[in-house]
Order: sequence, then C-alpha cells, then structure tokens
Amino acid sequence: MTVIGWTEIALTLALVGLLAWPLGGYMAAVFEGRKTLLTPIAGPLERSLYRLSGVKPEHEQDWLAYTLSMVVFTAGCFLALYVIQRLQGVLPFNPSARDAVAPDLAFNTAISFITNANWQAYAGETTMSHFTQMVGLTAHNYLDTAVAMALAIGLTRAFVRHDCATIGNFWIDLTRSVLYVLLPLSIPLALLFVFLGVPQTLQGSVDATTLEGAHQTIALGPVASQEAIKLLGTNGGGFFNANSAHPFENPSALSNMIESWSQLVLAVAMVLAFGHMVGDRRQGYSLLAVMAIILFASVLTLYHAETKGNPLLTEIGVDPVGGNLEGKDWRFGQAGAAMFAVATTGTGTGAADATFDSMTPIGGLVALLNLLMGCIAPGGVGTGLHSILLLAILGVFMGGLMVGRTPEYLGKKIEAREMKLAMLSVLLGPALVLVFSAVSVNLKLALDSLGNGGPHGFTEIAYAYASTAADNGSAFAGLTVSNLWFNTTTGVVMLLGRLAGVIPVMAIAGALAKKKKLLRSTGSFPTDGPLFVFLLLGVVLIVTLLQFFPLIALGPLAEHFLMGSGRTF
Amino acid sequence: MFDLVSGAVRASLVTFALCGFAYPLAVTVLGQWLMPFQANGSLVVDARGTVVGSELIGQQWNDPQWFHGRPSATTNTDPNDATKTIPAPYNAASSGASNLGPTSKELEGRLLGAWKALDDVDPQATESALPADMLTASGSGVDPDISPANALLQVNRVAKARGVAPALVAALVKRQIAPRSLGVFGEPRVNVLQLNLALEKEFPIR
Repeated sequence: MTVIGWTEIALTLALVGLLAWPLGGYMAAVFEGRKTLLTPIAGPLERSLYRLSGVKPEHEQDWLAYTLSMVVFTAGCFLALYVIQRLQGVLPFNPSARDAVAPDLAFNTAISFITNANWQAYAGETTMSHFTQMVGLTAHNYLDTAVAMALAIGLTRAFVRHDCATIGNFWIDLTRSVLYVLLPLSIPLALLFVFLGVPQTLQGSVDATTLEGAHQTIALGPVASQEAIKLLGTNGGGFFNANSAHPFENPSALSNMIESWSQLVLAVAMVLAFGHMVGDRRQGYSLLAVMAIILFASVLTLYHAETKGNPLLTEIGVDPVGGNLEGKDWRFGQAGAAMFAVATTGTGTGAADATFDSMTPIGGLVALLNLLMGCIAPGGVGTGLHSILLLAILGVFMGGLMVGRTPEYLGKKIEAREMKLAMLSVLLGPALVLVFSAVSVNLKLALDSLGNGGPHGFTEIAYAYASTAADNGSAFAGLTVSNLWFNTTTGVVMLLGRLAGVIPVMAIAGALAKKKKLLRSTGSFPTDGPLFVFLLLGVVLIVTLLQFFPLIALGPLAEHFLMGSGRTF
Repeated sequence: MFDLVSGAVRASLVTFALCGFAYPLAVTVLGQWLMPFQANGSLVVDARGTVVGSELIGQQWNDPQWFHGRPSATTNTDPNDATKTIPAPYNAASSGASNLGPTSKELEGRLLGAWKALDDVDPQATESALPADMLTASGSGVDPDISPANALLQVNRVAKARGVAPALVAALVKRQIAPRSLGVFGEPRVNVLQLNLALEKEFPIR
C-alpha cells in the first residue's frame, strides 16, 4: 500500500460524492414530477413517448398493479433478448458473421440482462453480433436499470405517503429514469470513453501485421456506448470476454478511475434522493454511512491483501513489491484495481478490471462477502436502496425487540405482515446460494467444470451462486459456466434471487403506504445518527456471518492458511 | 390485463428504439466525426499504410531483438478439435486471463517455466527477484504495457541482438516511460509496441 495509491482511492470516492450530492436532489425532483434543468428538452420527449405507448400519466397504480407492470415488462424484455440472440445470424449489423447463440446460453444471458445481474456466461467478442450487443445488450442495460430505479422510487413513496392505496405509476418512473437520468449521463460518458481510447465503430475487426511479420486480428465494435451504461447502470456485462480488463473497454488508469466512479455515483445518489423524498435528509445520510463503512473496510482489506502478494510466487523469484499481479493489467496499478473490485462487488455491477479468480484468498473473500451481504455498499442503482431499506426494517424490528417497543421506521409501524414478507426476502437468497452450492459440489459435471482444485475450487462454485443470487454477475471465471448445468441453474438463481428481492418488498411497500404516519415522539427509536448506523451495521454483519460462516471457512479462509503453509493444488 | 400487455409491448418497442438504436448510433456518429482515431481502435499504421497493430492492444514478441510484453493466457480454438482450445498468446479476437488461483500448481509450474526461459537467455537478469509483470499473465491477455523495471532488464538482450551499446538502448527506454495518469492514477508504464517502433527507428535491424 502506498500514499499515492490511497490518494487515488480517496480522489475517486471524493469525486463520487461531488456529483452524487447535487444528483440526489435532482433525482428527487424528477421523480416527484417537479420542473428540472432538463425539463425543457426531456419534457416534450416524455409526453410524446407516453402518447406512443398509450400510458396515461395521471393514472396511479397500487403496489400490485405497479409490480405486475414490472413483471410483464420484464417478461417482454426477456423474450425480446432471447429472440434477438437466436436470430442474430439473419439480423443486420453482423460483420463477423456470428451464428445463433445456443439455446441454454441465450436463456442464461437473457435472464442475466433482465435481472441486472449481467452474469457473463458468454464471451462477447466471439459470440455476439453487433446487433445483439446494441439492440439486445445495450438497450437492456438501460431498461433493467430503469426498472430497478422505478421499484426503489415506488418503495420510497410508501414511506412518503400515508393512508394511500397507490405508490405511483411504473411506466412514468421507468420513462423518467431513462430520459432524465440515464441517457443524459450516458451520452457524455460514452463520448469521454471514446476520447480516452474506447472504440465506437460498426466494423467487426481489423487485421494487423506486426513488426515481426505475424498476423493479429483485433476485435472492434460499438464498445463505448455499451461501456457507459454498463457501468452507470451497475450492469456489468462486458463487450469483451475480459470485461473492463480489456484495453478497449478500459484503456488507461484514468478511464479505470472513471469506471469505478460511474459504478458508484448513481447508487449513492439514489440513497440521497430517498432522504430528499422522505423529507429528512439525515435518514439518507444514515443509510449511506452504513454503506460507506462497509465500502471503506472492503477497500482497505482487499488493497492490503493484494499488495502483500502471493508468498508461493515470491519463492519462485517474483519481486513481492509488485503485489499479486496475476490476472491484473499493469496500467491500473494495485490501488486502481482494488478500488474497481470493491466498487463492482459493493454495487450490483459485477464487471472486472482484474481477475477475481486469481486474487489472494483474502482479496477474493472481500469480494465474496460483498456479494453475500447482498451488494449493499452502496448496491446497484435502485437495488442498493431497496436492499438497505429491507435491512433497515429488519434492524428496527430487532431494535424494537431489544427495548420492548413496537418497531417503526419513518413513522410507519412495522407489524407481523411486513416482518413475514421481509424474512421471506432475506432468507430466500442464502437458501439459493447454499442449496445450489451444496448440490453442485456433489455433481461430477460441476466438478469437471472447475478451473482450480482444493478450497479454491469450492470458492469458485460458491461465488457463482452468491453472484447470481445477489444479481451481481462478477465471477471466479476459471469455472466453466457455459454448460447446461450452470447455464440453467445460475439462470434460475438469478431469476429467483431477483423476484425474492423485489416482490415481497413491493408488497411491504403496498402495506406501508396504506398505514397512518405516526408523529415522532420521545418514545420512538431514532433512525438517524450513529446509534442506528451501528445497529444496522450489526444486523448486516450478524445476519451474513450466521448464514455463511461455514461457507467462508471452507473456501477462502481454508485457502488462506494453506497458502501460508505452502500447499498447492 | 390486455391493456397492461399492449401497453408493455408498445412501451418496450419505443424504449428499445431509443436505447438500442438511437443512442448507440448517435454515439457512433459523434465518435467517428470528432475522434476517428480512438473510435476506430487507436491503430498504428506504418509508412506503407499497413496496420501494424493498435496502441492499446499488446502483441506477441518472440525474437531477442525486440522488447517482449507480459506472458499472455489467451487461447484459440484447436483447428483439429473444435471442442478444445490451444494457447494463442495475445489473441486480440478472444480476450481472457488464466483464472488460476493463488494456490494453483499449474500457476506455480507456469511461472517456474517462464523463469527458466528467461534464465536461459540472460542469466544476469535472473540473479535478483524479477518484476512481477515479467512472469505473471495479465487480466485481458492483451496488456499493452510493461513496468519500467521490466523494460530495463531486457535492455542487455535487445542491445546485444542489435549490436548497439546497452547505454543507448537504456536511454531510449527511459524516454519511453509514461508517467502515472495526471500524476496520481495507475503506475508508470512502457508501451511495448511504441517502444519497439522507436527502437526500430533509431537502431534498425541491419
């Protein structure tokens, strides 16, 4: 760890705060339907979109209609993406003549792009046509992010409103997310990426003859437009197989910093927008403080572990001063790679500028823990706010049990029905991870897919299900996942993980919106300030460790101690 | 229900058109118009108009008179058996990493092999611990850069192969070292293709 490395990390995070701050207020205004800076341009476009799609802007929905709209829209997107992949051979923009994507891979990829997981079972440059990359993947990066933002806003309204059956209109929240937030940020970001060296062309590839006379085929395409929304929307599915490690996705240390920044900024802004909308910004700051503490602890641990390097390689004659460099491109440096790894697993992005599979056991553990906590540091755009609010409800319930009061959050009583729904949501994710990991380690087919032996192999499988259940999408990529077993099971886990995260919480939203808003009294448990931050942090850690300690012990911890004693597999 | 479905279909079509066509095509038009060099892959073209590579994409170098990049773990489809892959370093049409974990026997074996290969060519260079980027493979498999320490360790071999004084080659390397971005981000680095282009210009192979 170096001073310059820490400066790099501190600057990245400061820049996140700098833009997220005004953006939070702006987004609150957008979703409350107030006039904003972009209304003169986006307003007319918004109204004509409503006319074209037949949406009645004055029509409000209850939680069920809101959630059903989301389900129908998402199902439509799934079908569209599946069909595009299967038909890409006969569709336009296919300069490298790619054939149809195999059915199980197309199923997996379609699920992965509608759930914001962007689990990359496919290798972009050798599988997908430009049509699939643009109309399929890029468009879905927008739409699934807009869906997640809409759901988080619907949930926020449940705390704002009282004695009210409706939580807004899904189509309006969806359209505004795209028009007022995602497009206006993505266009300049994509152009900035082009400026820094990310290609943006409809050409398929170019042939080069090296100075030694050898032949090199260099894959190209409309990369920058996808890169921008891939990161801003915390999606993570790369244009290239190597994802953000590829110099065409991430050409320099500067672009790398911007990529870390763009994954964090909207997720943080969503939490600040929540504070604005509920009329008490301190509520947003408290949630953000919990996220920030987890993020700092993660960067500290991961950066430290990776710079210490691998003692087994030091013995061979590698200078430990460079840190653990297997799977890392040189230009990013250890600090840049550590910041990116934490930004991408703390959010729902799951991109990679360095190979998670080749990280030290403790570095890999930090990434895995971020997933097991449900990606809440600061989480995906929308999904982060969704998850932390669920944990906050759990937190006030536990706090209420300890002091013997009826728990309430932001003036809404949390009662039996809400707690049952919350537990359903909290427990389904871990069940998916543990059950599917346990089944997989007993299957020959799954074990044959491993890229590494020993405890590291176990971590590869556990990481795959942790990543898909949390809809993150990063991977210990040594595991071959493009086969029938993993394509199907990770696809199912992504879908169930997403539905479990969304539907019970939207049902809670429906129940909360109908309740009375209690006035804050001396008897109510404060949900802002250090005491609540401490409580919520405790809930996150206790819940995660109780559920997953055996898994962590069998995988990364066992490997860490075996590495220290010189064992290889 | 019918209203819901038809609304969903129409809303999807409109947003698809906007995000899947209008947005990437607008960025393509603007990028190609304003920044054609970057938008087309930062290609390096020689005096005869041949593309010799991309500034951003690493290449495989074999002969001793060139500076070499890092080991690369990229593969290609085996021409004899389409279900298998064979090593194909710096395959810029199929990026990827080794994905070998820290306790992998295969990783240890690969590094030992790479160390021995360097030791055979230049025993002097392997007397002390080697820069990590000289033995480890990158995440992309097409890393265009190496560390300054790595480049300087190769000076003796390159100078000998070209029949030039090592001090002259070392001075050339030092001129090619790019600092951290904005003085803070990343690591000082040497772009291997640009270094070799400069080398060939100043000390051409006779």
